Amino acid sequence: MGLQIIKPDTKIDFIGFKTKAFVISAVLILLGLGSLVMNGGPKYGIDFAGGIVVQVKFDKEVGVKTVKSALKEAKLPGLVVQSFGHEDDNEILLRTSSSEISSSEVRDKISAGLESGLKGTGFEIQRLEMVGPKVGADLRTKAIEALYFAVLLIAIYISGRFEKRWFAAAIMAGGLFGGITLLQMIGMSTTVLIFGALFITIGLCWYLKLNYALGAIVALIHDITITVGIFSLLGKEFDLTIIAALLTIIGYSLNDTIIVFDRIRENLLGKISDCLADTINISINQTLSRTILTSGTTLLVVAALFALGGGVIHDFALALLIGVGVGTYSSIFVASPILLGFGPSKIEDDMEEAETA
Amino acid sequence: MNGSLRWKIVLTLLVVVFGVAYLLPSMPAVQNSGMARFLPDDKISLGLDLKGGIHLTLGVDMDKALDNNLSRMGDDLKAVAREEGIIVLKPKVLKGERVEAILLKQAQQEKLEKLVKENFGNLTILSTAVKPDGKVTYVFAPTPEYKKYLTKLTMDQAIKTIRNRIDQFGVAEPDIRKQQGNRIQVQLPGMQDPERAIKIIGKTAHLEFKLVDENADLEKAQKGIVAPGREVTVIMHRLPDGSYIEKPIVLKKDAMLTGEYITDAQTRFDQFNQPYVTLNFNSRGARIFERVTGENIKKRMAIVLDGKVYSAPTIQDKIAGGRASITGSYTTEEAHDLAIVLRAGSLPAPVKILEQRTVGPSLGQESIDKGVSAAVVGSVLVLGFMLVYYGFAGIVANVVLVLNVVLILAGLAAFGATLTLPGIAGIILTIGMAVDANVIIFERIREELRRGLTAKAAIVEGYSRATLTILDANITTVIAAVILYQFGTGPVRGFAVTLTLGILTSMFTAIFVTRILFDLYTSKRAADAPLNI
Repeated sequence: MGLQIIKPDTKIDFIGFKTKAFVISAVLILLGLGSLVMNGGPKYGIDFAGGIVVQVKFDKEVGVKTVKSALKEAKLPGLVVQSFGHEDDNEILLRTSSSEISSSEVRDKISAGLESGLKGTGFEIQRLEMVGPKVGADLRTKAIEALYFAVLLIAIYISGRFEKRWFAAAIMAGGLFGGITLLQMIGMSTTVLIFGALFITIGLCWYLKLNYALGAIVALIHDITITVGIFSLLGKEFDLTIIAALLTIIGYSLNDTIIVFDRIRENLLGKISDCLADTINISINQTLSRTILTSGTTLLVVAALFALGGGVIHDFALALLIGVGVGTYSSIFVASPILLGFGPSKIEDDMEEAETA
Repeated sequence: MNGSLRWKIVLTLLVVVFGVAYLLPSMPAVQNSGMARFLPDDKISLGLDLKGGIHLTLGVDMDKALDNNLSRMGDDLKAVAREEGIIVLKPKVLKGERVEAILLKQAQQEKLEKLVKENFGNLTILSTAVKPDGKVTYVFAPTPEYKKYLTKLTMDQAIKTIRNRIDQFGVAEPDIRKQQGNRIQVQLPGMQDPERAIKIIGKTAHLEFKLVDENADLEKAQKGIVAPGREVTVIMHRLPDGSYIEKPIVLKKDAMLTGEYITDAQTRFDQFNQPYVTLNFNSRGARIFERVTGENIKKRMAIVLDGKVYSAPTIQDKIAGGRASITGSYTTEEAHDLAIVLRAGSLPAPVKILEQRTVGPSLGQESIDKGVSAAVVGSVLVLGFMLVYYGFAGIVANVVLVLNVVLILAGLAAFGATLTLPGIAGIILTIGMAVDANVIIFERIREELRRGLTAKAAIVEGYSRATLTILDANITTVIAAVILYQFGTGPVRGFAVTLTLGILTSMFTAIFVTRILFDLYTSKRAADAPLNI
């Protein structure tokens, strides 16, 4: 037999840790939300905000300040100069807030400015991206729709699959769809729509006693909120690849949660203990090896991506690192306690339902 | 070995052969060898972020297209009405997709309305107002069906024109497609001169021949005072240093001839090696050109492209034969590009660049190199870890992990999907997550072994209990990936495709293939032999 990180007879009282876990989660979420409020919402990259980004590679080291002063003459609106990627790559990222001036004009101005301001330094414009304001707004709406549909479909799947209650799941979907359409009709902003969708989903799960779905969704929202919050705290920008990372985190976090839930369900059917808290604790302990191993290997490769993947993919890997870490934590310390908090009566009904089925 | 196991092995080997056959053509070493003949043609196509090139999103100005169309319909209405003896004053396009026409005699109202109904089914009468002097003002609007039809027609025409232009420009594998909201997405891999590409794609190329009004007062004209039926525009003059200056010029508004009759356009050089563009008209265009030049000898005719005058030569004689040339002061490259846009025809409406992404080839290669090295390091770490942690079972997991990556890449090639930088990240992430299914199974087998089951029984039990869990866990990830595909664009879609492929192949390899390896391993051993897991 190979190595074992977790001894088979491990009995950690995870449920007993729930108050502390609650405090930790609350602090992280509040910190992130606080940062979002302070910054007036997430910091959008050009995908969502519109504007022009130019990536320039120099053949020797140049400071941000030098580049800044070389481009002073060019008078580009809202010009931001920052170093990019690894230090020895000698890469600089330039961005302007306006997409009103044409990209060729920006390219010309930058070339001219760098040529006259940094004599003797060779450079190459490696990448130029321009996103108009209309496309930016469209992409933003699409990204939010994507997150919303992902949560909805997954909630339906879990309720149907775990509790054999496809009908209740359908009611939830209908309720959510109706609620959002109503909010849209009275012309609410996207922020209101997101929060509306969240409250409706959680409310319906609670009312319909779809407790597995409720636990999973709360854990998922928890992970997304913390990842977004940490990104905001670090002053990172949100672009399309970050949305891709967030959706992957949704998938990963659910993956983790479902494996724990699956075991809880199996142990409830096997009547491994009369006490629900015990059953949950035993289940988490039984799956703990798997949870740690999978998170470990995933974190290993994501860390490799973070360290070696290059500047363009750097923030994407960072989002995954945070998300996978938080996702693992939440499946143990957030999702299961919620199942315990809302669970007993309904889960026992379920067991009878499943037995008779 | 029992029969079902044999069939499973055959199926697996088939999949492996398929995987290798589809993966090999994408390997640079294989592409140049004689082996390539025996392999499928499908290669992994690299996204623009890896290959370098230009991605453009163009917005077609549909309002302008509709206005142009309404203006033409107005002219038609006037002409048709005249044939019936109804006098309609020159119709005017109003704001908000409407066209106004004034009927001279109130008595002809019924006749006009009948004519509109019969010949202009695409127009509805919005309002009529009788003026004291007996004129009647009609306001028409296009029907919604017609607007829809026109939108589709304009988009199709625009795409066709752009495709023509790009084809003549000589870009390998351009990708041009219609998108929602009157948008066109253009991808030009390998193209490194975005400004030139944009100039060629974005030029409306509406060519007109108009007479110059020599008697107009230029100073007055510059202040905006022009006689009716005249317009002020600019003529381009190239200075010796290569820069341009624009000088005002007054033209007669009505075009004598437009670019729609052009059949061909070519670049030529005069005796001073100055480039110019020759045009060939079709027979109808040639007749018009002959008549117009004959009627206007010794007058200047301006050649107007997208509202700017390129040149305004004096007509020396009647020109027959349907050939004309545009001399002007431009570079060879500009003359060449001008010929391309004239040959490919004009865009039905102006286009605006909404989004532009240009990636240089060196950055693309750098991204591939970095992505590959991250993948190699990540994989080695995972492979090493699995080996140490699970012993024999770790080897099994590692074999299928390698097969999994082969299958993902082969799948990308077979389905013609595009590999993007986030796609590489997707593969790397899949490597990390792919062992999950194996870990679930192995942990379960360990549990069953601890409960005292024999190796064979533990394997059977472990697989049967773990399979449903794995399915549940992976379906939710697939849901997220499908949504990602639905709502994402470009690179993000590439990520979604690799993630989905990765999940499907990892389920096959982790559940099906590992089971075969375990069965093979245990089949020759005593029932109570220990299992190295």
